[in-house]
Amino acid sequence: MSMQALFGQLLVGLINGSFYAMLSLGLAIIFGLLGIVNIAQGAFYMLGGFVTWMLLNYAGIGYFWSLLLVPIIVGLIGAAIEKTLLKRIYNLDHMYGLLLTFGIMMFIQGMFVHFFATAGRPYTVPSALTGGYNLGFMFLPKYRGWVVLASLVLCLVTWYAIEKTSIGRTLRAATENPTLTRAFGVNVPALMTIGFGIGVALAGAAGVLAAPIYPVSPLMGAELIITVFAVVVVGGMGSIMGAIVTSLMLGLLEGLTKVVYPQGSNMVIFVIMLIVLLVRPAGLFGRER
Amino acid sequence: MTHLPDTVTTPTTSNHTLIWYGLGLIALLAAPFLFYPVFLVKLLCFALFACAFNLLLGSCGLLSFGHAAFFGAAGYVAGHAAKEWGLPFELAILCGTASAAVLGFLFGYVSVRRSGLQFAMITLALAQLIYFLAWQLPFTHAEDGLSAIPRGKVLGLFDLDNIMVLYYTTAAIFLFGFIAMHRMTNSTFGQLLRAIRDNEPRAISLGYEVNRYKLMAFVLSATFAGLAGSTKAIALKIAALTDVHWATSGSVILMTLLGGLGTLLGPVVGAGVVQAIEDHLSSLPADFAVFGLFRLPPITAIIGAIFIICILLFRRGIVGEIQHWLDRRSGK
Repeated sequence: MSMQALFGQLLVGLINGSFYAMLSLGLAIIFGLLGIVNIAQGAFYMLGGFVTWMLLNYAGIGYFWSLLLVPIIVGLIGAAIEKTLLKRIYNLDHMYGLLLTFGIMMFIQGMFVHFFATAGRPYTVPSALTGGYNLGFMFLPKYRGWVVLASLVLCLVTWYAIEKTSIGRTLRAATENPTLTRAFGVNVPALMTIGFGIGVALAGAAGVLAAPIYPVSPLMGAELIITVFAVVVVGGMGSIMGAIVTSLMLGLLEGLTKVVYPQGSNMVIFVIMLIVLLVRPAGLFGRER
Repeated sequence: MTHLPDTVTTPTTSNHTLIWYGLGLIALLAAPFLFYPVFLVKLLCFALFACAFNLLLGSCGLLSFGHAAFFGAAGYVAGHAAKEWGLPFELAILCGTASAAVLGFLFGYVSVRRSGLQFAMITLALAQLIYFLAWQLPFTHAEDGLSAIPRGKVLGLFDLDNIMVLYYTTAAIFLFGFIAMHRMTNSTFGQLLRAIRDNEPRAISLGYEVNRYKLMAFVLSATFAGLAGSTKAIALKIAALTDVHWATSGSVILMTLLGGLGTLLGPVVGAGVVQAIEDHLSSLPADFAVFGLFRLPPITAIIGAIFIICILLFRRGIVGEIQHWLDRRSGK
């Protein structure tokens, strides 16, 4: 095996890891605030990719504007869904949240298959990010480096915002004890809408970053979300930094498996999940309640 | 705490229920003269599958998002046993069902330690592992699946290629599974499961090893799902990737939810409705348009919409709502 191939696959692994990180981060925010495991997160990722493609092909809006606009659009769609559908089931068993978002996922995905068919649509890499650097041991395409960098920055900014700022403090207070937070005059229902919007906007941003790498198709998020679930189980729920670290680690491991044992590459994360569940049921960074 | 609608009523063998049992049996016997038997065979397999799922969610409160793994894997094993090993019908079904039981034990062993939403996520991820295995193992034939599985003869006497023999055999298997699960739900074991569902800490403090009972319920549910999957594979002569796909796990959840979670007949009714919709949609011509105006969206979108409507508007499901209405009318 050549070094070139090894580092190439590790880079792909790192990119996948950054997508896992953005999706699981959104998942964690939404779960913390709303108590809902949003299985539709993959559909919002797909939506992000599609809106990017549409903006370019229908409105002539390029990649960098999309990077700013698409998360806002996807976040607004998410907020609308929270306001109209999810809001109605907060007082029910948590199970219904999972089932409702499952229905939403199937509906969005099905409608996109209906209008756009399942074939992938290519999205060209923006000219500012074409080409690459020769690092000696490997060739680094500019765009791939950019994806890793951009998603890392996004994740860290989100982490900082939640852990260190006053908005984040209010958010965490609402997560910890919504009734008490409300008694202090915080508009918790609005906070929940915003939280859901931010959570799915992260998935939308991942969709923008993914568009030039993976073909944009209605089914691009369907399998991804199941892998992200496994990642979340491995990391354990509760720690935001844990979610980011686990995602990148498992992405790298997946890339490594592609070199060593290609047939097992799509299974390795699930096998790791099995092992972690046997050894440490609460997950690597989770606390046993 | 998980609080699911408790519609499982205590067993009373009044004349009333006996009449209903009689009517159900007559419907089961008469159905192939009214509807297309192959459709009914498929329906009964999915109805049994939904009942198995309901056994876990309805009485134990555990939402499994990976039940297609048992259904599909059992189908592959049963199909392989019948086609490649040349085993007779009964043994092939037994092999498939046993494999689902083993798989259920493995899945259950790791997943019942986590509860609620984590349990759902873990079962979904484990089922995805089975899906990838089905892609890659040599005996499942990846995208082609197993086809032209020989049906064989029941007890070595009655040829299952006769459509009526096939129907009544499937009906007998369904009835066996249905009654067995019904008995289980109403046994002390079933009551214990409901106790765990409604108040787990109390069940623990009473000295019950909660996880062991959950595991038992999980294995039983997986086994019956396997029975349904094996029967389906042999009756329809095909075992394919769709049977292990997460969409099948989702569709069995929908059947149970739509019919009525925790009710006796709910899963059967739900399976009937979902199967009828799928059957109807797939029989439409490719260029079919509603009022000649717009094409119907694909089945996934329709199922998604039903999911949303069902959860927002009638969570008790069809049978559950009817029961609720009857209870209110009789002033209970």
